[in-house]
Amino acid sequence: MSESLNLNYIITNEDFTRAGEASGDVKSKLKMMGVPPEVIRKVSIAMYEGEINMVIHAGGGTIDVIITADDITMILKDHGPGIADIDLAMQAGYSTASENVRALGFGAGMGLPNMKKYSDEMTIDTELGIGTTVTMKVYFKPKS
Amino acid sequence: MSEFYTSVHLDESKCKGCINCIKRCPTEAIRVRNGKAVITTKYCIDCGECIRQCKNHAKLPTHDSMDEIKNFKYTVALPAPSLYAQVNNLDDIDIVLTALKDMGFDDVFEVSHAAEIVSAISRKYVPAHKEDWPIISTACPSVTRLIRVRFPNLIDHLLPIKPPMEIAAEMARKRAIEKTGLPSEDIGIFFLSPCPAKVTSVKSPLGYRKSDVDCVLSIKDIYPKLIASMKTVVEEDRVEELSETGNIGISWGSSGGEAGGLLTDSYLAADGIENVLKVLEDLEDQKFANTLSFIELNACHGGCVGGVLAVENPFLAKVKLKSLRKYIPIARTHDAPPDIHPDWDEPVHYEPVFTLGDSMIQSLVLMKKVDELTEKFPGLDCGSCGAPSCRALAEDIVRGNASEKDCIHIFKQYIHKLSDEFQNLQ
Repeated sequence: MSESLNLNYIITNEDFTRAGEASGDVKSKLKMMGVPPEVIRKVSIAMYEGEINMVIHAGGGTIDVIITADDITMILKDHGPGIADIDLAMQAGYSTASENVRALGFGAGMGLPNMKKYSDEMTIDTELGIGTTVTMKVYFKPKS
Repeated sequence: MSEFYTSVHLDESKCKGCINCIKRCPTEAIRVRNGKAVITTKYCIDCGECIRQCKNHAKLPTHDSMDEIKNFKYTVALPAPSLYAQVNNLDDIDIVLTALKDMGFDDVFEVSHAAEIVSAISRKYVPAHKEDWPIISTACPSVTRLIRVRFPNLIDHLLPIKPPMEIAAEMARKRAIEKTGLPSEDIGIFFLSPCPAKVTSVKSPLGYRKSDVDCVLSIKDIYPKLIASMKTVVEEDRVEELSETGNIGISWGSSGGEAGGLLTDSYLAADGIENVLKVLEDLEDQKFANTLSFIELNACHGGCVGGVLAVENPFLAKVKLKSLRKYIPIARTHDAPPDIHPDWDEPVHYEPVFTLGDSMIQSLVLMKKVDELTEKFPGLDCGSCGAPSCRALAEDIVRGNASEKDCIHIFKQYIHKLSDEFQNLQ
C-alpha cells in the first residue's frame, strides 16, 4: 500500500515575511502524524531554507510535497535565473544575494548547504534563464 | 510522569455557549458541546486566556481558600513578587509582609527572595550550557506545558531549575520545622498566586516529582483583607522588618525581570501567549541567531502582573514595581544556600497529544480526510459548530467527536436537499 498525502504550495515574492508559511504548514501536519521530532526539525529547516531561496533568488515558485508513511519528498520548482555553478553555490558562505537582501539578514550563503545537510537525499536540476528544481527527501526512520 | 490537569472549571449555569473562549484558546482545547464550553484537559496549558475572555464569568480558576489555614498548626505565606505591584504608593514591602502575618499566617517567606537564588543559579547554568542555547525559562508553568505538547525539539532548551515558588516553599518549610519542631505535615505552605497555572504546577508538577506548596490562594481573593490589614499595621506602628529581597527578586514579577537577573544583554523576553507561540515557532525553525543565550517567556501580557488572579492593570502594575525597586538594594542574595535542592529531578517528556492516529500510516490516512473535509466547509471559521475553525471541526470529525452536520452551512444544504426531494415526491 502506498497511501500518500499530496500538498501543493504557491510561493509568491510579494511579501518575504510570508516565506515560512508552507514549511510551517508541513511542520504542523507532520506533528499531527506523529513523525519523530528530530525528523520534523530536519524537514522544517530544509524546507524553510528552500522557501527563502525561492523568494530571494527566483521571485517565487511552487512546492509540491508528497508525504507517505515512510518519508517526505519536497519538490521546489522555480522559473528564476538558474544556478550558474552548482559546486560554488553549495559552498558554505557563498552567496549571490544582493546587498538589499543581506541587509535584511539573509544571504549568508548557507541556504543550499543547509538544505543538503538536513535532507537525506537532494538533487538539483537547473538551467540558466529557465529555472531550478530542487528535490529533497527525508526518511522518517533511519535507513538500515 | 506528570498527569494532565487543568485549573480552569466551568460554571455551567453561566455559560451561554458563545464562541469567545474557543476562539481565543491558543491550543484549541475548548469546544462548545450541547451549548456548554468543554475543555479537553490534555490540550489545556492553563494560560487563563479563556477566563480572561469570558464575558459571562462562567470560566473560573481553581484555587484554595484562606480557610485552609485551620488545617495546619503553623502556616507560612509565600507572596509572589507580583503581589507588591497590586498596592498603591508602596515604598516598604515590610508593610505587606507584616499585614500577611496580621491576617493569620505565622510567618512569611518571599518568593522574590527565592527568585534571587534562581537568578544566581541561572547565572552559572546558562554560560556553562552553551550547547543548549538559547536556554528557555521554566518559571511560567503554561510555557513549559505548551512546549511539552507542541515543541518537542525545544525540550532540551528548558532551564532544568525549579521555579522560585518551589524553592521558596522548600526553604520556608525547612525554616518552619527548625523554628517550631513540628512535623512537616503540620506546616502549611501557602502560595499567594497571580495565576491559576500555579495551581496546576503544584497539583501536577513538571520537571520535579512533588511540590512543597500545600495550598494556592488567589491574590484577588485575599486582596480586600490584605489592604485592611496593611492599614492597621501602619496605624498601629507595628511594621516588622521582614523583607529579604532586592531589586532582582522583585523584578521577576514583570516581563523581562528574570532575564534581567542574568546580567547579560543576549536575552529575549516575550509576553502574551500569542507572542510566546510566535517566538517558539521561530525558535524551532532556527530563525534566531545562536548568539542569544536566554529566552524568557510569560503567558500573560506584562508577565506575572498580568495574571488573571491579579487585581491591578498589568501595565500600571509594572510601573508600580519599577518605582518600588527604587527603595531597595540590587540583590540581597548572591549565592544559593548549600542545603537546598533547586535542580529538576524528573525529565520532561514530549507528549504528542495532538497526534491523529495510532500509527503514522493511520495518521496519514486521517490527515487526508481532514484536508478533504476542510475543503468541504465554507472556511468562515464562524465557530457555530462549537469548534474554533473549519479545520478544527474537520479534525474533530476524524477523531470521532463531531459530525459534518454540526456545520450549519452543511446542515442548510442538507435541509434544502431534503425539501427538494420531498417536493419531487409530491
